[in-house]
Amino acid sequence: MSYIELSNVSKSYDKQRSVLNGIDVSIEKGEFFVLVGPSGSGKSTLLRLIAGLEEITGGELHMNGKVINHLPPKDRHLSMVFQNYALYPHLTVEQNILFGLNAKKVDKKEQKQRLHKTAEMMGLTELLKRKPRQLSGGQRQRVALARSVVSEAPLCLMDEPLSNLDAKLRAHMRMEIRQLQKKLGLTMVYVTHDQVEAMTMGDRIMVLNDGKVQQVGKPIELYNKPANLFVASFIGSPKMNMGRAVIKGQQLVIEESLFIPVKAADVIDIPKNKRLIAGIRAEHLFKGTSEEKTHVLDVINVEQLGNETMVTFEVGGEFWTAKWLGQQIVHTGDRVPVQLSVEHMSFFDADTGKLIKAASSLKQKEGVAI
Amino acid sequence: MNEAAVSLGSDAAKLIEKAKKQRRTKNLIKGLLFLLPSLVFFSIFLFYPMIRTVYLSFFLTNASGAPTVFVGLDNFAQIFSSPLFLKSLKTTFLFVLYTVPGTIVISLFLAVIANEKLRGIGMFRTIFSSTMGISVAAASVFWMFLFHPTMGWLNQFLSIFGVEAIGWLTDPKWALLSVSISTIWMNIGFTFLILLGGLQSIDSYLYESADIDGAGYFYKLRRITIPMLSPTLFFVVTVTLINAFQTFGQVDMLTRGGPQNETSVIVYSIYRDAFVNYQYGTASAQAVILFVIILGLTLLQFKLGERKVHYQ
Ligand SMILES: Nc1ncnc2c1ncn2[C@@H]1O[C@H](COP(=O)(O)OP(=O)(O)OP(=O)(O)O)[C@@H](O)[C@H]1O
Ligand SMILES: [Mg+2]
Repeated sequence: MSYIELSNVSKSYDKQRSVLNGIDVSIEKGEFFVLVGPSGSGKSTLLRLIAGLEEITGGELHMNGKVINHLPPKDRHLSMVFQNYALYPHLTVEQNILFGLNAKKVDKKEQKQRLHKTAEMMGLTELLKRKPRQLSGGQRQRVALARSVVSEAPLCLMDEPLSNLDAKLRAHMRMEIRQLQKKLGLTMVYVTHDQVEAMTMGDRIMVLNDGKVQQVGKPIELYNKPANLFVASFIGSPKMNMGRAVIKGQQLVIEESLFIPVKAADVIDIPKNKRLIAGIRAEHLFKGTSEEKTHVLDVINVEQLGNETMVTFEVGGEFWTAKWLGQQIVHTGDRVPVQLSVEHMSFFDADTGKLIKAASSLKQKEGVAI
Repeated sequence: MNEAAVSLGSDAAKLIEKAKKQRRTKNLIKGLLFLLPSLVFFSIFLFYPMIRTVYLSFFLTNASGAPTVFVGLDNFAQIFSSPLFLKSLKTTFLFVLYTVPGTIVISLFLAVIANEKLRGIGMFRTIFSSTMGISVAAASVFWMFLFHPTMGWLNQFLSIFGVEAIGWLTDPKWALLSVSISTIWMNIGFTFLILLGGLQSIDSYLYESADIDGAGYFYKLRRITIPMLSPTLFFVVTVTLINAFQTFGQVDMLTRGGPQNETSVIVYSIYRDAFVNYQYGTASAQAVILFVIILGLTLLQFKLGERKVHYQ
């Protein structure tokens, strides 16, 4: 039995348009569960449903096997970090952290103990007498975290807590949150729209789009076997290169401009003469040499990142990006040899967007690595 | 070469200094131009009458208000030995004491309940703020009917329970209280609206966060609502206090300062001295004293309030 279970949960604010539709998911105890999706996809709404801040309009929410649809937030034994921190601006850091304990009439001595333990853990000991407006963004963030940690609630909900931080602080806080969750054995539901954050932090990820679950699974699973076009383009950076494709005889034709020879065995489970979308990850668009190459493509943009080089090609009407290690000497306008093979390609149904066949090379590689 | 650099540096510094000065002058002129209209109006309608009042308070005047004999502080000495003025002073303070806390507490209560998200709450908000749109004169007439000794609803209502009729406006024991009640009613609209605005500007996230923490209704009221509302409360208290000291209309309409001068607040006393007894000198002296009292209290309030009020 899972810790939290949503069965067929839906939510509509105005009784006409639903914001969430038939959400089915279960979250295990001690799991770091990441909710990811584009802006407006209903992530915050789902979190607020779990917290009890919004009423569920359809379906059931279980916690520890009991239905808790009707339970007010305070009886759900959880803590929440809001997207905008929601610190009390008129209270000091100390009062902010102790607000909940005071409300629950926790013994004063214990309050003090917990306060000092938490403040130390979060590095807030020096800042306890300050007001929120005298803190930097990262410090506020830590106060918000401290407030949720000090409650010692077994379930912690976080709504894009790192969205306002700079890249360096964000990377640092990512690690801190992850460590904290492991150390305290918290169950975490973590909302973000940043797929890198989702990949690096989550035990499991749920991708949400337009109020519907797209896929739930381990980060690597989502990356290697995206259930549909949306997940394929959302997970991974740069996004998966895609193009309209069709299999004609012994050839795979992409965007009517790229012809790749295929063996019958490679495409055995792909229907012939069906409209397809073929996708390939940037790191699988290998660099070729003048001897070893399958295709020659036009370069339209080059981004030097120092340790790797992003090269954008034009394939029919689509732009494809390749990620090559090291600093490559390539210029815009060049025609560059590349190596493309069908075994790195994923195929999707062009009409439904559903995955037909994931890249077969990954399975082999996984096998080799083990 | 070094010297050249130094001299060049000082030249540049001079140039920069000059440019700065020019800009400052320009800014000053611009600022004054923007202020000009209000300065003109304030001078005509505020500063001149104020100075004139202070000036008049040192003189005896003729019936048309022209100063005749300089008497120094005699006017002040006279009013402070006049039992009527002392009484009006006391009445004013009592009136302030009755109306200010009453107005604030009732408006705050109404604002808090009108801030709940319920169906049809808009109607209640309109009703609660409606007295703002009613003039003092109209409201006074309305309350005059309510207070009427025989036909008034208040007494009729009391008679249901067998309570004897009360001379709301004619009994010296009740008159000031009655005027205070009607004043509170008139003030509620404005105060309610400002407080409701203040309540609605409090971020709902704070309450949600408190809900998750398990805070009860009164805990939230005490720890979040009141502190977050303190700037608004402070503003409302200041305005209501000043208004209470300057009350005139309803006293004039309802009781004319009677019975036995029980409701003769200081502004009414000024009015009578100036426009009934034509004693512009003593009237001005009283006005100066009222000004000093209000100024003093407001300053005191700012001094005390600064520590308690939380500004965002
Ligand atoms: N109180 C509300 N009333 C009506 N519609 C709402 C309300 N709150 C959210 N919505 C709608 O619900 C949808 C999902 O909103 P939600 O806040 O859950 O998005 P999100 O995934 O958290 O987006 P973001 O990443 O931008 O925070 C949006 O289309 C939004 O317009
Ligand atoms: Mg959101």
